[in-house]
Amino acid sequence: MLIEQPQMLRIKKIVDEAKDLKSFVFNHDLKARPGQFIIAWIPRVDEKPFGVAFQNRNKFAITVSAVGSFTKKMHKLKVGDYIGIRGPYGNGFKIEGRHIVLVAGGYGAAPLAFLADEAAKRNIHVDFIVGARTKELLPYLERMKRAGITTHVCTDDGSFGVKGFTTDVLKKLLDEGNVDKVYTCGPEIMMKFVIQLCDEHYVPCEVSLERYMKCGFGICGQCAVDPTGWCVCKDGPVFTKKQVKQITEFASYKRDASGKKVKL
Amino acid sequence: MLETKLCGVRLRNPTVLASGILGVSGASLAKVARKGAGAVTSKSVSIEERKGHPCPILLTYEAGVMNAVGLSNPGVDKIIDELRFYKQNSNAPLIASIFASKTKDFGICAKKISEAKPDLIEVNISCPNVEAEFGKPFAADVRMAAAVTRAVKKNTKIPVFVKLSPNVPDIASIAKSVEKAGANGITAVNTVGPGMIINIEAGKPLLANKAGGMSGPAIKPIAVKAVYDIYSAVKIPIIGTGGVTTGRDAVEMFMAGATAVGIGSGVYYRGVDIFKKVCDEIAEFMRRHGYNKIKEMIGIAH
Repeated sequence: MLIEQPQMLRIKKIVDEAKDLKSFVFNHDLKARPGQFIIAWIPRVDEKPFGVAFQNRNKFAITVSAVGSFTKKMHKLKVGDYIGIRGPYGNGFKIEGRHIVLVAGGYGAAPLAFLADEAAKRNIHVDFIVGARTKELLPYLERMKRAGITTHVCTDDGSFGVKGFTTDVLKKLLDEGNVDKVYTCGPEIMMKFVIQLCDEHYVPCEVSLERYMKCGFGICGQCAVDPTGWCVCKDGPVFTKKQVKQITEFASYKRDASGKKVKL
Repeated sequence: MLETKLCGVRLRNPTVLASGILGVSGASLAKVARKGAGAVTSKSVSIEERKGHPCPILLTYEAGVMNAVGLSNPGVDKIIDELRFYKQNSNAPLIASIFASKTKDFGICAKKISEAKPDLIEVNISCPNVEAEFGKPFAADVRMAAAVTRAVKKNTKIPVFVKLSPNVPDIASIAKSVEKAGANGITAVNTVGPGMIINIEAGKPLLANKAGGMSGPAIKPIAVKAVYDIYSAVKIPIIGTGGVTTGRDAVEMFMAGATAVGIGSGVYYRGVDIFKKVCDEIAEFMRRHGYNKIKEMIGIAH
């Protein structure tokens, strides 16, 4: 019998990734695929979904940005504290090709870093493009370097790497040819440009979406998108670019906790 | 063979998506209809927007599902667009669920939602998950249940189903009172309990609301008994809801007295294709036992 309930896990390690950005590491064999997510529970507070950012044998990690009351509470937790974890949920990325490009905007870097690790293990050449407003907000640079992954950094203010957009770097790589597939996670306006560039170069692309989720397993309907009714938690969060083109609310609006449409 | 009728509204098959499952948006409801539901029920709406309870709001346990969503909804004005989208994109009848905290507001909500022209209106007087806020549900009291029914009936021409709570000593008396007050049908039942799950490692209840309504296989016998009792007491049609997961469960509901069956938690156990699966199983049972119409099975357990 299936039971969807959080399991209390002890925080094994906390890594400061960037400004207001921490990774929480757990000793637990999650058996997730890149692109899948877990839902974290702090008793008497709330539950929130997080993409799996790292997984290795019996360990996994999520990366949490202190942006709201839940995530700020998470940042106050210490090694040895417990939080509830359920999942993994969602479909995950389909890893294929010999040369792939990952385009991460902001905290979209988390699931793509896990994907980069897995692809590198399979001897796939990975170009990891990561963009943020400033240098202090960039995670995983050391980790990617250690894994031998070619990383391209973009900052809005030029404080590190290239001054400009992730899509400028993507265009350059696509123009050079030999890219088999592109994966992206980040702001939808950025991902819209990524899809456009992939279309122009006839390269397949997978997109990871984020919507307000509650149950996480396709029952409550909170994260269903227009007009297809796909549940991002179960039918996604990863969609092909062909599927994303059917989602009319993409880069336009999403629904909040009450179900009201809010502009993106 | 599987056709059934609720107050003159024709359903191509007797499976109805229960309120609160996959019912936030018109697109989600339309998907469920495409997947085979005979009718769909939208998530309950109130006059004003509600954020609902913090998460967890929905979990499962050994024998079923437990939820305390807290009636989150964007408010009736916003839901009209969702229901219109559904009507434009689907042919399966639409049941619009409403709730309120005051008798008068049920009337206002009914009037507003009627603009979206749902085929039926379902009046949720039985949510067990907002007791801290609203007190005991209207469905727990014969007079209150009737008063709400009258308020809704006065404000709409659309047939009205009243959704009852199993958490009462005598559900048949509540059914009789809402029938007398003008209800055109009854949905039975809402979730059971409420119950509670405590995570023993955390030493805290799992649901943010602490308690939650129970649904799924565990409650089926309770739902069947409720439908059986209601069928004995009233003449109006019943949507039998509670733990229906297979075609055999649905047949049990028909025999107890249901004209159609609600499916909610079943989506968790068998996916959104459950509607088609249950229909196939009902049809197979009917062929094997020589039934030609759903009607021939309704109430035969009496």
